Amino acid sequence: MTIALNGEQVAKKINEAYPAAAAAADKVGVIVNSDSLFQVAEFLKKTPEFDFNYLGDMTAVDFTDYFEIVYRLVSLEHNHSLVLKTRCYDRDNPAVPSVVKIWRAADYMEREAYDLMGIIFMGHPNLKRLLLWEGFKGYPLRRDYI
Amino acid sequence: MALQTEPFILNVGPQHPSTHGVFRMRVTLDGEVIVDVEPVIGYLHRGIEKMGENRTYTQIIPLTDRLDYLASLTNNLAYVLAVEKLAGIRVPERAEYLRIIMAESMRIASHLMAVGFFLNDLGAMMTPVLYMWREREKLLDLFEMVCGQRLTYNYMRIGGVSQDIPEEFLPALKKFVAEMPGFLDEYDQLIAQNEIVLVRTKGVGVLPRETAIDIGASGPVLRASGVNWDTRKADPYSIYDRFDFDIPVGTTGDNYDRYWVRMQEMRQSLRILKQAIAQLPKGEVISDIPQLLRPPVGEAYGHIEAPKGELGFYLVSDNSIAPYRFHIHPPTLINLTALKDMVVGWKIADLIVTFGSIDVVLGEIDR
Amino acid sequence: MEVEKYLAAPKDIDIAEAKRIEQLIAASQRPIPDPDSWIDQEIQRNVLVTSVDYIVDWARSRSLFPLMFGLACCAFEMIGMATSRFDISRYGMDIFRWSPRQADVMIVAGTLTWKMAPAVRKVYDQMAEPKWVIAMGQCTISGGPFRESYSVVPGINRIIPVDVYVPGCPPRPEALIYGITRLHQKIVKESIQKP
Repeated sequence: MTIALNGEQVAKKINEAYPAAAAAADKVGVIVNSDSLFQVAEFLKKTPEFDFNYLGDMTAVDFTDYFEIVYRLVSLEHNHSLVLKTRCYDRDNPAVPSVVKIWRAADYMEREAYDLMGIIFMGHPNLKRLLLWEGFKGYPLRRDYI
Repeated sequence: MALQTEPFILNVGPQHPSTHGVFRMRVTLDGEVIVDVEPVIGYLHRGIEKMGENRTYTQIIPLTDRLDYLASLTNNLAYVLAVEKLAGIRVPERAEYLRIIMAESMRIASHLMAVGFFLNDLGAMMTPVLYMWREREKLLDLFEMVCGQRLTYNYMRIGGVSQDIPEEFLPALKKFVAEMPGFLDEYDQLIAQNEIVLVRTKGVGVLPRETAIDIGASGPVLRASGVNWDTRKADPYSIYDRFDFDIPVGTTGDNYDRYWVRMQEMRQSLRILKQAIAQLPKGEVISDIPQLLRPPVGEAYGHIEAPKGELGFYLVSDNSIAPYRFHIHPPTLINLTALKDMVVGWKIADLIVTFGSIDVVLGEIDR
Repeated sequence: MEVEKYLAAPKDIDIAEAKRIEQLIAASQRPIPDPDSWIDQEIQRNVLVTSVDYIVDWARSRSLFPLMFGLACCAFEMIGMATSRFDISRYGMDIFRWSPRQADVMIVAGTLTWKMAPAVRKVYDQMAEPKWVIAMGQCTISGGPFRESYSVVPGINRIIPVDVYVPGCPPRPEALIYGITRLHQKIVKESIQKP
């Protein structure tokens, strides 16, 4: 069985390594600050006891005050998983660091989140629209798209 | 005087005999050798994620059929598993066994198509496809007996399945399971030991193990590259921990390994089917849930081992009759990330064959 | 925050295609009328066909070459119709042509989105006269289960004129064969008003 790691303990370890991340435990996982997302993701991949080398899923949810970006990390060796979240409070120009350099699986998933929600991933090598045509006005999956 | 050459961009367009749907590639060629590949998708984007926010939980089930339309039952299963996780609903025993029987038969039907069209791409014009269709038509007759449809079934419901099986189903299924291994042996002997097939697929389109893990591949593509990871064994859902089956794992990750893994998976599915038919209990097939389900506030991710890879549904609920966010994790879109690594340096004919061996379905990529 | 610098510059070919799609959306606000809608009941009963015309049309209808234009799920029922169980070789439609220059009838099977619409128009224009179109499945007739979506064309008769509509989601192969026999009757002009 894939064990879902406890958010409290992981948050404590992240706060020891990177205090600026302000990690907090959620009902399902860990929430971190969007500025330190890249360092936390690298820490989670490189530390041997976590060893999250497989990105299972990445998506974005639009709660009207903020955007929440959800990553689901899996370790194939230890067979455990973790949900990592981050929030973005800017409505007009939402921007989050990109994790493509850590897991290449995020390539198409981030392009799709940009296409349908309008969230910009800083550092992505090729951030263009994926599913809709160039010049499509608006971002369909937002809650205020008619 | 040196010969002056220029790279040439070829458009393998949306309407093309071998692109398994409306998929477009812009290929940069140097002579006939490939230098760069850029996939362009979105020609079948129907906005299913946005439509899911306006429908009740049960009304989304027919929408999930149309994602990977060659394996609709497994799509339904993944979605109802996610809702059951979200709302904490228990499923009766007979329904669990029926779900496994239908899911494994669907896996056989989907792999038959994948293997048939892979050999079609190699150049055997339609003959392997017609052989595979003969067996697939028998399976489609079985599905029609149970739920009345040949392609988009809409059979699973939240809390069970929609109706019980008729009496003629089990004898017909037992007959199919008894005859199928003979057909697979005949198929292996007839086409797959052919010298041309072996030369054109062994060593071509190699996906190394580290790259496969890095790009988040799943399903036969990941297992052919040497990673022993199958959701049915690593994170068992439904009652898969009661059955005894093996996971075929390849060695090099070339086209032949992906084909071999699919053939072996069909044999293992037949094994599971035999055990499930023997253990099928009596009982009811759906548990009692309200007509308009309102799950508690929260989120859930339900994932299964679909024939193409790991299919997952992410649902966020805010205690109303429709989900707040409905997200689909498509295995074939993620498997496509490595297409450029696999084909650079080979020729155009190898591009078509490699693309066929990844086994894409555009309904799932574009949603 | 200056975020535009993180976006990749779009290619010229993408911008040109997007302009084409926007033009097509603006031009497709009303559906194209059916090719024989000018014929009303009175005239149908009084149309006489010469015997040479009759034989030529009969021969044409019995050897149509279909163009494979499968977009989504309905494509697999179309392939199922072409396999050995529901054989359409016996109707003379043996080989599915892949090039529009060699085909007579275009069977559009599956959902059409606005991004794909210029390609459908281009392929239809490349076919040589006489040509016919069969719309297979609910998605091509009216948008189907996806009609409310932001990127689906509500019926392919906004883009190309259609001769025969075959409903179903997906229609069984027998239903599609019935649609093809109705197309044969239409080509021969023998019984336009009989059901």
